[in-house]
Amino acid sequence: MSASPTTEFVGTTPAVDWQRRIRQLINIVKIELSRNFLTRRGLGMYFLAFAPVVIIGIHALESRGGRRCSIEQDTQILAGIVQLFYLRLGIFFGCLGTFTWLIRGEIVQKSLHYYFLAPLRRELLIVGKYVAGVITASLLFGLGVVLSFMFMYGHFGARGERFVFEGPGLSQLVSYLLITTLACMGYGALFLAFSLVFKNPIIPGAFIFGWEMISGVLPSFLQKLSITFYLKNLFPVEVPPQGLMALFTVVAEPVVPAVAVTGLLLLVIFVLTVAAYTARFMEISYSKE
Amino acid sequence: MTSNPNREIVFDNVSKFYGEVLGVNRVNLNIPPGVTSLVGPNGSGKTTLMNLVTGLIRPTEGKLSVCGITPDDPEAFFSMVGYCSQFDSFPKGITGFGLVNTALRLHGMDDAKAYQLAMEAIERVNLVEAAHRKVAAYSKGMRQRIRLAQAIAHHPTVLILDEPLNGLDPMARAETMALFESIGKEGLHVIISSHILHEVNRISDQVILLSSGYVVAEGAIHSVRSDVTEHPMQIMVRCSNPSIVASRIFALDHAVEAKLHNDGKGLLVRTRDVDNFYLLLNQIVRSGDVELEAVAPADDDVNSVYQYLIGTDGDSI
Repeated sequence: MSASPTTEFVGTTPAVDWQRRIRQLINIVKIELSRNFLTRRGLGMYFLAFAPVVIIGIHALESRGGRRCSIEQDTQILAGIVQLFYLRLGIFFGCLGTFTWLIRGEIVQKSLHYYFLAPLRRELLIVGKYVAGVITASLLFGLGVVLSFMFMYGHFGARGERFVFEGPGLSQLVSYLLITTLACMGYGALFLAFSLVFKNPIIPGAFIFGWEMISGVLPSFLQKLSITFYLKNLFPVEVPPQGLMALFTVVAEPVVPAVAVTGLLLLVIFVLTVAAYTARFMEISYSKE
Repeated sequence: MTSNPNREIVFDNVSKFYGEVLGVNRVNLNIPPGVTSLVGPNGSGKTTLMNLVTGLIRPTEGKLSVCGITPDDPEAFFSMVGYCSQFDSFPKGITGFGLVNTALRLHGMDDAKAYQLAMEAIERVNLVEAAHRKVAAYSKGMRQRIRLAQAIAHHPTVLILDEPLNGLDPMARAETMALFESIGKEGLHVIISSHILHEVNRISDQVILLSSGYVVAEGAIHSVRSDVTEHPMQIMVRCSNPSIVASRIFALDHAVEAKLHNDGKGLLVRTRDVDNFYLLLNQIVRSGDVELEAVAPADDDVNSVYQYLIGTDGDSI
């Protein structure tokens, strides 16, 4: 060889640098957040998060001062919107669009190798992308829920204020926000894993949609394999199943909220572990896609 | 050279199959530091070999390491390795600076350090003016250069370049080759796959020839050429009285051909024993009958080795 080496390759693995890993994680989250919020990728989620706000806003304008409705009625309507629209449709499809795109989108754009060529554990990449997705979805849907809540009770004036601050209103809002965040975490983990495993994650996504729909009528042990099973127990207001709505309304065995939250978090950890393991052995082969 | 796996890129019986399709088969290589050219026709396994080294794909069989580290330890591995792949694709809407800067931030660098290294790399590939334009608006050559900037930005000690000269104009090509040459001279690993053999030949310390997924030959170019015994070595001799040299060498068994140059001041010799030929040439010069101007191997290069072992003209692949 003609070149005389000036650098000694020691060939040893440095000790684990957790500070570096944390910086890497923060940087991944920052990069992904800017992509989620500031690109067209997030448009669908903006629509899903704020469509009910517009409808409730119109309702608030029409029924200013509670002329055509009561607080009890609106509380039921809001519970229905959170459970039927946000949980069943908005968050589900918002997360499907966002989280499946986190990996699958990179494969479609043929840009995943830029991540895989970084001195970064793939497990950390998965966690970073997941955290960014959860922050995006939770912020948008959380904001949607908060605005819906404000419009729903704001037009009642002093009565609405008393309901929120002296009655059960505020604790209901906190429960809705908790449910929203947990739903984003649960569906997010699932769809992120799908984007690693399936070429077209929409198909398993549709299966999950159907599964969540019928989970209420499934045997008890199968119900535990659905996200809504855990979330149902956290709803502060029950939506009575009626007519066609019964199909969309969660009917689950009662579980203590702490157990429900722990169960969902365990499910999330399990799914993310599978996703991280899959990513570790993933190969870049864009031509096959 | 003494083998030292902590300084070499080691392929230990590596095979890669895509289903039933062969990528590379039973590759055993110990690549020392310096500039190494990876040459072979399309589909010979060059990109597969590079993707294997960088962990983008995994071997079906065998093991590999770069300076003693495997891609299974990405934190150590990719701090050391830079890969300019052939994938001509980028994250949507990204600028040139954004691409390089994002890659550096994934190393865990703070914004200031990432900015400094990104601009330094962009400057090295002469893209400063276009740095903040979207990559989608770049020409092919500019895209190639920004990928190169991304690969070198973190100052890797092993640089792997898959067709890095594709799409570059002659000026950019010359500058890029000079960059590789300087990196190689620092004692670092530079592995280049290229179709432009006469250019990589100029800076390569050694060559790996691939054909249909197999390593056909590897080693220093001169030693690979010497091993190709079925093709006699060609040596260009510039001297006065070339006819005297021609007549003397035909006295030897190993001389195959001597072709006089049209200007009467040189000849091309084909011989099966280059060492004996040089001895004879010394004797001729010492006798004073001939004044020697220059002696140079005429086919001791990547292109000729390629032509002899793979069977087509390297520059036409």
